[in-house]
Amino acid sequence: MLNPVAAIGRAVLAACRTVGAVALFALEGVSHLLRPPFYGRLFLKHLAEIAYFSLPVVALTAVFTGMVLALQSYTGFARFNAEGAVANVVVLSITRELGPVIASLMVAGRIGASFAAEIGTMRVTDQIDALTTLSTNPMKYLVAPRLLAGLIAMPFLVLVADILGVMGGWLIGTTKLGFSSGGYLKATMDFLEVMDVVSGLVKAAVFGFVITLMGCWCGYTSRGGAQGVGAATTTAVVASSILILALDYIITEMFFGT
Amino acid sequence: MSGEVPKIRLRGLAKAFGEKKVLDGVDLDIRAGHGMVILGGSGSGKSVTIKCVLGLITPDAGRIEVDGRDVLSMKRREREELNDRIGMLFQNGALFDSLPVWENVCFKLLAQKRITRAKARDKAAEVLAQVGLAASVGDLSPAELSGGMQKRVGLARAIAAQPDIIFFDEPTTGLDPIMGAVIDGLIVDVVKRLGATAVSITHDMASARRIGDDAAMLHKGRIVWTGPASTLGATGNAMVDQFARGEREGPIQMELRR
Repeated sequence: MLNPVAAIGRAVLAACRTVGAVALFALEGVSHLLRPPFYGRLFLKHLAEIAYFSLPVVALTAVFTGMVLALQSYTGFARFNAEGAVANVVVLSITRELGPVIASLMVAGRIGASFAAEIGTMRVTDQIDALTTLSTNPMKYLVAPRLLAGLIAMPFLVLVADILGVMGGWLIGTTKLGFSSGGYLKATMDFLEVMDVVSGLVKAAVFGFVITLMGCWCGYTSRGGAQGVGAATTTAVVASSILILALDYIITEMFFGT
Repeated sequence: MSGEVPKIRLRGLAKAFGEKKVLDGVDLDIRAGHGMVILGGSGSGKSVTIKCVLGLITPDAGRIEVDGRDVLSMKRREREELNDRIGMLFQNGALFDSLPVWENVCFKLLAQKRITRAKARDKAAEVLAQVGLAASVGDLSPAELSGGMQKRVGLARAIAAQPDIIFFDEPTTGLDPIMGAVIDGLIVDVVKRLGATAVSITHDMASARRIGDDAAMLHKGRIVWTGPASTLGATGNAMVDQFARGEREGPIQMELRR
C-alpha cells in the first residue's frame, strides 16, 4: 500500500543525499585548484568561453533591461510626481539585483547547458574513464578549471552588465523621457554607493561558481546515453536558475538585511 | 600453469549493482607477456572485470594482484604509478572530441609532461605510423575519422606511452571482417613489439583466436573455463563450445527480454 509519509521521507532523504553529494563534488573540485598539476590552458579556454563569448548575450540583455526599467519606473513614478527618482531606481536595481541575476540566468542557459552536455557526452562515451586510464584525474582536468573560470568570469560580465544596464536607462531617459544627459548621470552617481556594486559582484562570483558547479555535476553524473545527457542539460539549467534566485535572496539579506 | 607469478591475478572478485550481482567470485590468472581473451555473453561481467582491474570500479570483495602486489590496498600514488604502465583501447575508441588526433595520441605523455607540445606532433606521427595511419591524420578531429580509423587512433593512444599491460574492450566490434582482421593484426604486432601483457574481451571468435594465447569464459559472474584460445570451439566444455560456435541449443540458456 502506498504510504505517503514514507514517500515524503524517501524524497527528503534523496534530496539530502543529492545535496551532500554536490557539496562533496564541489569540495573535491576546489581541492584540485590547490594541488598541482594545474591546467592553465584549459582554464583560459573556459574563461574565454564564459567571459568573452557570453558578452553579446549579456550585453543585449542588460541594455534592454535598463531601458525597460527606466520606462516602467517613469510611468509608475509619474503617478505621484516622483519622475526624478528614475535614475536612482535604475542604478540601484541594476547594480544590486538585475545585473547579477539576469546576466547569471543568461550564462546559466548558455554555459550551464554547454558544460553539462559536453561532460555528459564524455561520460556516456567512456571519455571520462579514458582520462583515468591516461593517468589524468577527471575532476582536476574537467571540473576544477571550469569552477575557477566561472568564479572569475561572472564578476567581469556583471560589471559590463551594470554599465550597459545603466546606459540603457540613460538612453531612454535622455531620448524619450526628457532628462538631460548630465542630470541623469549626476543623479546616477550621487545615489550609487560602492557597496551596491560590491554586493552585485559578490553575487556574480557566487552565481558563476554555482552555474559551473551544476553544469559539471549534472554532466559528470549523467547516465543512459543521449536521453541521460539531455536530462542532465535540462537539470543543470533549471537547478542553477533556482539556486541563483535562492542565493540572491540570501546574499541580499546578508548585505542589506535589517 | 607453472609456478611463475602471474602478471594479473584475480581472486574472489565480486561486484553487485543494487540487487544485481554482476561478478560472483571471479578467479583468473593472466600470464605475463601473453594475450588473454575473456569471453562471455552480454551482461556476463566482462567489462566490469576489466574496469575493476583498471580502478574505474571498486569491487565489493576479492583481491586483484598485478605483479604479485595487491592493487586494492595501494596508496593513490602507487595506483597512479601502476596506471602509468597500463594502456586501454575502449570499445568505441573514447577519443576526446575536443582535441585533434595528435593530441589524443600523446595525451598521456603530455599530461605527465614526458614530452613537450612541440615534440608531441612528431611522436604522434611516429605512433600513428605503427598503426598504419599517415601523419596527416594527426591534424584531423576524431569526428572526421571512420570507425576503423578511430579504433586505430585509440590503439595508438593506448600504446603511445609504451605500457606493459594493455586492455582491449571489444576491439573489433562494429568493424567489417577485413578491418577487424587488420585491427587484430595490429594488436598482435604492437603487443609483441612492446612485450606487453594483453587482456581482451570480445564476442568475436575469429578475433579471439587471432589475438589470444589463452582464453577464459565468464558466465553469470564466474569464470567457468580457461584454456588455450586456439582450442575455442573444440574445448570439450559444452558451455564454451556452444558459445564459440554460436549455437542456440546447449547449456547456456539465453534469457530473452520481453
